Amino acid sequence: MFAGFVRRCCVILTTALCVAACSKSPQDSFYQSGIVYCSESNPVNFNPQLDTSGTTSDATSHQIYGRLLDFEPDTGRIIPSLAESWLISDDGLTYTFQLRKDVNFHTTEYFTPSRTFNADDVLFSINRWRLPSHPYHNVSGGRYPYFESLGLAENIASVSRINGYRVEITLQRRDSSFLANLATDFSVILSEEYAQHLLNRGVPERIDHFPIGTGPFKFDSYRKDHYIRYQRNDNYWKNEVTAEQLIYDITPKSSLRLAKLITSECDAIAFPAQTELEIIRNRENLLLAEKPGLNIGFWAFNTQRPPFDNPDVRRALAFAIDKNTLLEAVYFGSATRAKTLLPGASWAYQADADDTAYNPVLARKLLDDAGVEPGFTMTIWAIPVERAYNPNAAKMAELIQRYLADVGIRATIVTYDWTTFRRHLREGLHDSVLIGWSADNGDPDNFYRPLLSCGAIPSGTNRAMWCNNDYDKLLNQALQTEDTAQRKAIYQQVNRLLYEQLPIVPIAHAYRYRAYRDELEGMTINPYGGVRFGGVSKAQ
Amino acid sequence: MITILTRYLTLFVLTLLVLAALSFSLAYLFPGDVLTNLSGITPQNEIQREALARQYKLDQGYFFQFIHYIGQLLSGNWGYSFISGLPLRDEIGIAMPATIELSTYAMLIAIVIGIPVGYYAGMKGYTTADHTINSISLFSYSFPVYWLALVFILVFSLELGIAPLSGRISLLFDIPNVTGFILIDTLLADGIDRGLAFRDALHHMVLPTLAIAIITTAAMIRLTRRSVIDVLSRPYITAARSRGLSRWQIFSRHILRNALLPILPLMAIQITTLITNAMIVETLFSWPGIGNWLIQAIYQRDYPALRIGMLAVSTLVITLTILIDLFNRLIDPSREKYERGTV
Repeated sequence: MFAGFVRRCCVILTTALCVAACSKSPQDSFYQSGIVYCSESNPVNFNPQLDTSGTTSDATSHQIYGRLLDFEPDTGRIIPSLAESWLISDDGLTYTFQLRKDVNFHTTEYFTPSRTFNADDVLFSINRWRLPSHPYHNVSGGRYPYFESLGLAENIASVSRINGYRVEITLQRRDSSFLANLATDFSVILSEEYAQHLLNRGVPERIDHFPIGTGPFKFDSYRKDHYIRYQRNDNYWKNEVTAEQLIYDITPKSSLRLAKLITSECDAIAFPAQTELEIIRNRENLLLAEKPGLNIGFWAFNTQRPPFDNPDVRRALAFAIDKNTLLEAVYFGSATRAKTLLPGASWAYQADADDTAYNPVLARKLLDDAGVEPGFTMTIWAIPVERAYNPNAAKMAELIQRYLADVGIRATIVTYDWTTFRRHLREGLHDSVLIGWSADNGDPDNFYRPLLSCGAIPSGTNRAMWCNNDYDKLLNQALQTEDTAQRKAIYQQVNRLLYEQLPIVPIAHAYRYRAYRDELEGMTINPYGGVRFGGVSKAQ
Repeated sequence: MITILTRYLTLFVLTLLVLAALSFSLAYLFPGDVLTNLSGITPQNEIQREALARQYKLDQGYFFQFIHYIGQLLSGNWGYSFISGLPLRDEIGIAMPATIELSTYAMLIAIVIGIPVGYYAGMKGYTTADHTINSISLFSYSFPVYWLALVFILVFSLELGIAPLSGRISLLFDIPNVTGFILIDTLLADGIDRGLAFRDALHHMVLPTLAIAIITTAAMIRLTRRSVIDVLSRPYITAARSRGLSRWQIFSRHILRNALLPILPLMAIQITTLITNAMIVETLFSWPGIGNWLIQAIYQRDYPALRIGMLAVSTLVITLTILIDLFNRLIDPSREKYERGTV
């Protein structure tokens, strides 16, 4: 009697579980119509012009928007996108772009465009960040960190419309990285008509939260900490096979992202942790794509705070740490040791650049000479999020803390939530910080200028708060020429200067990984900037 | 009858007042600006600050502030979350039903399985069958729900791959929030395959519901069994036996109802445990309920959200407890009319 009862209970339970479990058959075409991407965090807004964080540009740049130019993922060559072709004048100052015709902006519940893309949209998109007097300049804060850090607005003399489909941009100085800057994730094209429409309604700030672009997906809805929903843009100008729906499932925990990938609740995930790579490689239906990334993880000193304003102190600290151990412990071999700011994938990479070596005795001596007593205390700020360039800043901070203890320095580790962290960094409250940079284009200027130039201090990308006139002069000199050999020679001088000054200690260039299920077709890694889902679909 | 109702109503209102007072004092006890803790808005300048302070009557004494606070609560102005910037009432309006839904299904399972099994074990008191059921239920009752949920995820989601481990439904379905109960909402949604969506929601629900239900079921079995055994030892059962009634007659006429009465108040206690368990399980299954929401609020130090979240959860628990107790009082003639309401 009792055994029978138990058996019946078991049968009922198992059946219930099976009915529920078997309902999701992979053959069901509904589940093939959309892609779920497990992303790591919330975007700050839906306009990458306003934010350099990878999360924002991942969620917007290649999904919602288009740019005048694009990078070819394999070679890094600049290819036409919304601009079909371009001309550069002989003096290198005037760029003329011929725009693509019949490119539709998104039609959504909140906006119906009456015209297609034209020169007015280009003017609007550039003038918004370029001209402080522009009606949209101060909407959503009026900070455009990427462009500010490159000083791009000051260098553009004029942007003018020749006719509906032709735009001319004139520069003050030659800038050989200008085209590359127009191809980055941040140089997106917004709709001028939509902006005007919002301005008339008196709600201009909606442009950054209810975006309208020309990209392969249109924005549908967003719930913080939960999801972002996109629908396919059926009028997209490129002819690609793209899934009908795209969903970002916001999952901050890396282990949970992996678990969801295994149970096929996600089709692709952001930032698999280094410790999880083996698991992904060993799973049959999961794919792991890897490429050397255009990034750098580093340890920056706040050079405006004594004693870190003294290059000898910075040098001593650089000698106190063993980079190879950090590489193994934090990146598990999925990164290469960094000597300068530039990774090996860049054309200006200098293989024989000088590098600091682990030498605690020398470090202590330098500290003594500089008058830093044993027992000196300092803070190490560790980024609270995982980034390709530093997957575990907290762990790295602990290791560095121990190295510093060996040379008689007491370090405390500081961390906040990401938004507060960045605000305090900008205010310069740190002694030193473990952070990094993912480049937005393959041009070396994209590393050197935003990270250490004087102009990058107010825009908040120069974490060392370091300003050196020789350095800025060399960088500007490098942009005056199109000859890559000549530019390379200048960047070698820059490297030398950085080795002498050490405002930051370069640590690692990490590989980029993307893990996804094998039924996704068309998925590639884009070394130049954010993830892209245009042209990605599921096998039917 | 009226007296009883009035007593319970007074008790209910007084308890809520105490809770509201606690929630109000949290605005002062939490670190940071009182105004921000109350409203969820960080004033950008002095003018805005003064306007807000006037709106929340901060220029008056604590008592008036509190009276005003009650008024705000009742009119639905609960302030804003300072992390998401959304009205807290909307956020709780989404999170709370998700928790209630999970708890309801778990409670249903616990009642449907737990009570019959408990009767069976009680009727078979102190036999092998009873000992087996008793030890199994004791065993399941002592599982920490946290651990059980993790084992479920490990076995059913990651190893066997037969159940999803997060959320209420695949995100591919865009289900508008109407009732807040996902199973009902899938059936109300337009433009989607409702059957598929319903099955998908069910599929997501199995593991979290079971994880909570198992522990509550075990508790139900034990409560019912104890109660049946107590009833069996009463003299009227012996009398019925001596009158030659069959086992079935004794069961249906004397045991069924009499054993059920003492269980009801104990169920009220179980509901508190059940909701607590649901809130823990939510965080593991990324279930968008109030528990998960509160954990996020704690993590992000969203004080206005914590203040209202605490009030909402305790109001839910108090309401349920008082309702069950009231129901029990109304159907149980053995309890005296002048007995006081209890929480």
